[in-house]
Amino acid sequence: MSATAREVVAAADVYKYGFVTDIESDSAPIGLDESTVRFISAKKGEPEWLLEWRLECFRAWLKMPTPDWTKLKIEPIDYQASTYYSAPKTTPKYQSLDEVDPELLKTYEKLGIPLHERAALAGVAVDAVFDSVSVATTFKGELAKMGVIFCSFGEAVREHPDLVREYLGSVVPTTDNFFAALNSAVFSDGSFVYIPKGVRCPMELSTYFRINAANSGQFERTLIIADEGSHVSYLEGCTAPMRDENQLHAAVVELVALKDATIKYSTVQNWYPGDAEGKGGIYNFVTKRGECRGDNAKISWTQVETGSAVTWKYPSCVLTGDNSVGEFFSVALTNHYQQADTGTKMIHIGKNTKSTIISKGISAGRGQNTYRGLVKVLPKAAGARNTTRCDSLLIGDRCGAHTVPYIDVYNRSARVEHEATTSKISEDQMFYCVQRGLSPDDALSLIVNGFAKEVLKELPMEFAVEAQKLLAVSLEGSVG
Amino acid sequence: MKNTEMNMLEIKNLHARVDGREILKGIDLSVKAGEVHAIMGPNGSGKSTLAAVLSGRDGYEVTEGTVEYMGKNLLDLAADTRAREGVFLAFQYPVELPGVNNLYFLRAAVNAGRRHRGEPELDAGQFLKAVRKTLKLLDLREDLLNRAVNVGFSGGEKKRNEIFQMALLEPKLAILDETDSGLDIDALRQVSEGVNKLRTPDRAFVLITHYQRLLDYIVPDVVHVLAGGRIVRSGDKSLALELEKTGYASVNAA
Ligand SMILES: Nc1ncnc2c1ncn2[C@@H]1O[C@H](COP(=O)(O)OP(=O)(O)O)[C@@H](O)[C@H]1O
Ligand SMILES: [Mg+2]
Repeated sequence: MSATAREVVAAADVYKYGFVTDIESDSAPIGLDESTVRFISAKKGEPEWLLEWRLECFRAWLKMPTPDWTKLKIEPIDYQASTYYSAPKTTPKYQSLDEVDPELLKTYEKLGIPLHERAALAGVAVDAVFDSVSVATTFKGELAKMGVIFCSFGEAVREHPDLVREYLGSVVPTTDNFFAALNSAVFSDGSFVYIPKGVRCPMELSTYFRINAANSGQFERTLIIADEGSHVSYLEGCTAPMRDENQLHAAVVELVALKDATIKYSTVQNWYPGDAEGKGGIYNFVTKRGECRGDNAKISWTQVETGSAVTWKYPSCVLTGDNSVGEFFSVALTNHYQQADTGTKMIHIGKNTKSTIISKGISAGRGQNTYRGLVKVLPKAAGARNTTRCDSLLIGDRCGAHTVPYIDVYNRSARVEHEATTSKISEDQMFYCVQRGLSPDDALSLIVNGFAKEVLKELPMEFAVEAQKLLAVSLEGSVG
Repeated sequence: MKNTEMNMLEIKNLHARVDGREILKGIDLSVKAGEVHAIMGPNGSGKSTLAAVLSGRDGYEVTEGTVEYMGKNLLDLAADTRAREGVFLAFQYPVELPGVNNLYFLRAAVNAGRRHRGEPELDAGQFLKAVRKTLKLLDLREDLLNRAVNVGFSGGEKKRNEIFQMALLEPKLAILDETDSGLDIDALRQVSEGVNKLRTPDRAFVLITHYQRLLDYIVPDVVHVLAGGRIVRSGDKSLALELEKTGYASVNAA
């Protein structure tokens, strides 16, 4: 740790990604009505069917009640106060990275994102979404040779309309929930992935999301389709500038794994969490769901959630195919006034379906951390198995951890195991580390990373290192 | 060291409280580099409390007295600084750190000390070399190194791991709190041999023990008896043998 921990300490006082890029942007007028939806659709040059789909979603959304906030305490959101579309003016299309606005490139450089082809070394293909639009996708050519499609959502609508039309909204119905409906109406861009039959995607695919403009929400849409027997690992990272007002992020991610296919989806979420007094920060309301649509399919979610003022997300698996497998590995950290209400839903439909849930919640300061999960076994899911483990770690005595598991079983042969623990960071452990010469901050980071290890080890290597640093930075100064 | 006559550790009239209750009631103790001091005493007499105060554990309040270490006011230093300045405590109950790799932990500790002294940090390769050398010295099972710190270790393995850490961290002042307790005779011999190999002219040991038998293997220069928060007797190694015969009852009465 030592060297890294030091760098991290040096950078820790400020949210490292809190800068704003000075770039001209092209925005929708503030507010939200049907004309906003039409504006976005027109900006993107979308076909009629997609506009109609959006409008349907918008009308449905208007009739939906705002979710009641369960464990979350937030101010009511004024949906008329945001901009629903903001794009850097020099977009939309880049043939190569050389055409990208140098200011933008600098931004991504500061974020440590390997946008250039030298990323080849790391084996990561990157799609970068800046405010509302996707600005660059690397490695497209190379991937295309194998038939892999990895592009912005907007491009997929133009180039692969049949695929989009077939799968869009097929996992997350448009009226699934308030935020999914909102996203469906106003989403502006996102990533699209298609892996053809039998192809093992040769590199990690990765998207970095960045909210830059003030008063803008980000509503991206990701759709990943893994055709029969294919395999893909997808990474997602997020940051936003420091701003005093809250900003809304409402994404929808849909995964479809067909027979014998595997999708591994990893997230490191580091949206601006607000300041130490709880001012500002991102409201992160995300709907992520995958369906194992064929037999023996597998979907694995791994998330490290350290950012956002409020996080509300339940990456879920619908296990339709027989013998299909769903996994959810999560580390959620809340410090200061952050609130997280996160977990998963595992819906067992097919026979002998299997799911594993490992959730590690870390609360410090006045942070509130809730695990909320549903395991549902439908009548036909004979032989279904679920194992759930929820561990909570408390740092200090003003924070909170809550575990809310729902278990619904309609098949007698199913086996569902749930285990939950809550512990306080132990003074013995802290002193043991400090007595060996570690600073209290390093000691805490070591213990917390140890606590989260089972989940962190599920992340691809580069992400695991980043995640460890993030946990350390996010807890800076919470002991002593 | 410039002045070999100087005491490495100089404790004067040390009083300390835990939870508002006075446990140490005026300790005086001087330890020179190269010496081994044994501190014996009945359970509850304050031995571990003394170790905690010296290593800077939170919750122990020094109400009176002074502690000088290498010419510095030890009580002014934060616990991690004390460790980096060479104060090492082998815990009576070594602590488990789930998910924290033993080697990773130790390298972080070793490098924290090296940074403190302005020495270059050891990279993974250099560190592994140092580990191999130390392993030979201590006859510790190598697979323990890649496990989580103390998790699933037997009692004896935990104690040996403490000595292993000590060997790698190369402290100036090593305080061993009942390292012998819970060890069978073979493990006791191994641990003692390890400690004996680490005895050097510029390193001092404070051995806290309840039983005389450790001192058959690690022969002390001075033996102290702690009772009721005070050192009630000091002498050479024959004092330990005498205690073995008469028990602590006699010193308590003294
Ligand atoms: N953290 C603590 N809180 C309250 N009392 C303590 C604590 N640590 C030690 N004591 C008390 O201080 C006295 C001395 O304990 P200790 O130093 O552990 O003795 P020894 O190591 O000699 O057996 C005992 O009466 C013990 O109960
Ligand atoms: Mg004791």
